[in-house]
Amino acid sequence: MDLFEYQARDLLASHGVPVLPGGVAETPEQAEAIAREIGQTVVVKAQVKVGGRGKAGGVKLADNPEDAKARAQDILGLDIKGHITHKVMVAQASDIAEEYYFSYLLDRSNRTFLAMASVEGGMEIEQLAVERPEALARIPVDASVGVDAAKAAEIVDAAGFAPEVRDQVIAIAISLWEVFTKEDATLVEINPLAKAPDGTVLALDAKVTLDENAGFRQEAHAALEDAAAADPLEAAAKEKDLNYVKLEGEVGIIGNGAGLVMSTLDVVAYAGEEFGGVRPANFLDIGGGASAEVMANGLGIILSDPAVKSVFVNVFGGITACDAVANGIVAALQQLGDQATKPLVVRLDGNNVEEGRRILADANHPLVTVVDTMDGAARRAAELAAA
Amino acid sequence: MSIFLNENSKVIVQGMTGSEGMKHTSRMLASGTAIVGGVNPRKAGTSVDFDGTSVPVFGSVADAMKETGADVSVIFVPPPFAKGAAIEAVDAQIGLAVIITEGIPVHDSTYVWAHAQGGATRIIGPNCPGLISPGRSNAGIIPANITKQGKIGLVSKSGTLTYQMMYELRDLGFSTAVGIGGDPVIGTTHIDCLEAFEADPETEAIVMIGEIGGDAEERAADFIKANVTKPVVGYVAGFTAPEGKTMGHAGAIVSGSAGTAQAKQEALEAAGVRVGKTPSETARLMREIIAG
Repeated sequence: MDLFEYQARDLLASHGVPVLPGGVAETPEQAEAIAREIGQTVVVKAQVKVGGRGKAGGVKLADNPEDAKARAQDILGLDIKGHITHKVMVAQASDIAEEYYFSYLLDRSNRTFLAMASVEGGMEIEQLAVERPEALARIPVDASVGVDAAKAAEIVDAAGFAPEVRDQVIAIAISLWEVFTKEDATLVEINPLAKAPDGTVLALDAKVTLDENAGFRQEAHAALEDAAAADPLEAAAKEKDLNYVKLEGEVGIIGNGAGLVMSTLDVVAYAGEEFGGVRPANFLDIGGGASAEVMANGLGIILSDPAVKSVFVNVFGGITACDAVANGIVAALQQLGDQATKPLVVRLDGNNVEEGRRILADANHPLVTVVDTMDGAARRAAELAAA
Repeated sequence: MSIFLNENSKVIVQGMTGSEGMKHTSRMLASGTAIVGGVNPRKAGTSVDFDGTSVPVFGSVADAMKETGADVSVIFVPPPFAKGAAIEAVDAQIGLAVIITEGIPVHDSTYVWAHAQGGATRIIGPNCPGLISPGRSNAGIIPANITKQGKIGLVSKSGTLTYQMMYELRDLGFSTAVGIGGDPVIGTTHIDCLEAFEADPETEAIVMIGEIGGDAEERAADFIKANVTKPVVGYVAGFTAPEGKTMGHAGAIVSGSAGTAQAKQEALEAAGVRVGKTPSETARLMREIIAG
């Protein structure tokens, strides 16, 4: 889960990383009130989870509270690369003497953590890494050891921080490591980390990505979710503990196992090329069990999507045998009754497949077509969606 | 021969007395796996009956190894305790630890990986179906009755695609099928399996199944080019996945231009791997190779 800047800033501040005073506003009046409290020039920043907001007019200085209100008025509602701005952060403005970069992240390829730091901040780090790789220190951090004062000094010195800021940056490196580990983050990034004219080093902007698998021990993280931005179907699926992602196509997809469902989407898109570019409408993994109740919940979500024209149920009976899956489909259709209005193509394979297909044949539901192969079923579902 | 797991493997189950552990221990036993014990500190000294087979419960992995000579542990422990269970297995220096558990925080799996460096334990998973050497031993949750012993080696990030591919090629059979898991940080990689299959005299050809996210497939492609002489066919899932959305597996995410299925397919093809557009087409490519 990616956080908004203001959420990241609050998280950093709670672990002792120095930040400037500020707050988040959903209305121009709230922005004005925050600016009044700060009592000096502020910066009003669009809160969107996408880069390039400055160029898009989403970051403005304001000299007084009335000005802050007007700037917030301009920015709230702004569309930045498809992200609508619902909130602005109002923070004390700072003159900047120097800009730096500091981050910790998961290095998947090397199965370790990585510290990255540079005394050339302010630009996109991907750009810096390509254009001036020698200016970006990359220091692996052993997950079983972590970052202590000595490790922090190693990182800071590798990046070449000047003596007058060295101790401050080391302290920030230690605090930021605490954010990274205590909050179960996979990315914590300060860009820019800035030196003010008085020599103070502080975080002016931050990005944080949290690990959703850690939810069981990070109870506060649930409140950081951006419920407003979630697709309504995704929100409904989440309430039923379904692993669902809304996509742009017309063929609803239900399958078991993440890999098989991903593959099903591809096979449908591939088959859909023949039928005017029909595409999968969603990702939905109902897991190994594929019980009747989960099947009914899944079908319910998919059939409530107005974009869906046909549904492809693709199940491999491994742990759960195909007869149980077939019974699940029949029971789900019974539960749904009149809500089930779109054609279903079902492909079953694996354990007890003959029995599973027989159950579906006996049920003889008018909406259900059974096709024996995954490729053939995808083709049929695409054809029905195009009809 | 087979890789990592054979008829002499002695398997213990950490978390055997939980519901998933009970269900799958029963299945592993039914498929002929030598399950020699379970581990649960609160139930040490007791035993569990599985259809007439009594399996003793030990207080620790080390005790179980000492008493039974176990060399494989399958871990079903829930996410909050999985890190501790894996560390226990590593510290006991068991040869193979298979972590089935889904939903382990990546800080925990990265810690376990760092902790295991230089040790004696090969880790498979987490968030994986485990591995099977059909007809010999089954460590995990892969259904044992899909197929039989044979000459194809299979390595896959996905459980159900593993089952699907075993089913498509069930008449040919497999030396070993390894589900390495869909998390961002896993123990055994595609490369580890490719290396082992290349060295295994019984394995004649290899199926490699990948999916979006990370660069494991690209690295595997480089490895194949330099080190693998046996024929490899590949499949990559996730061409239609949008950027920035996690598709089921925690590791299955396209970030910017990184981790796309297209890039993975191109890397594999450049290494001489024939890549199927669908699982069934991939199975057909394997049949062509086996038929010569």
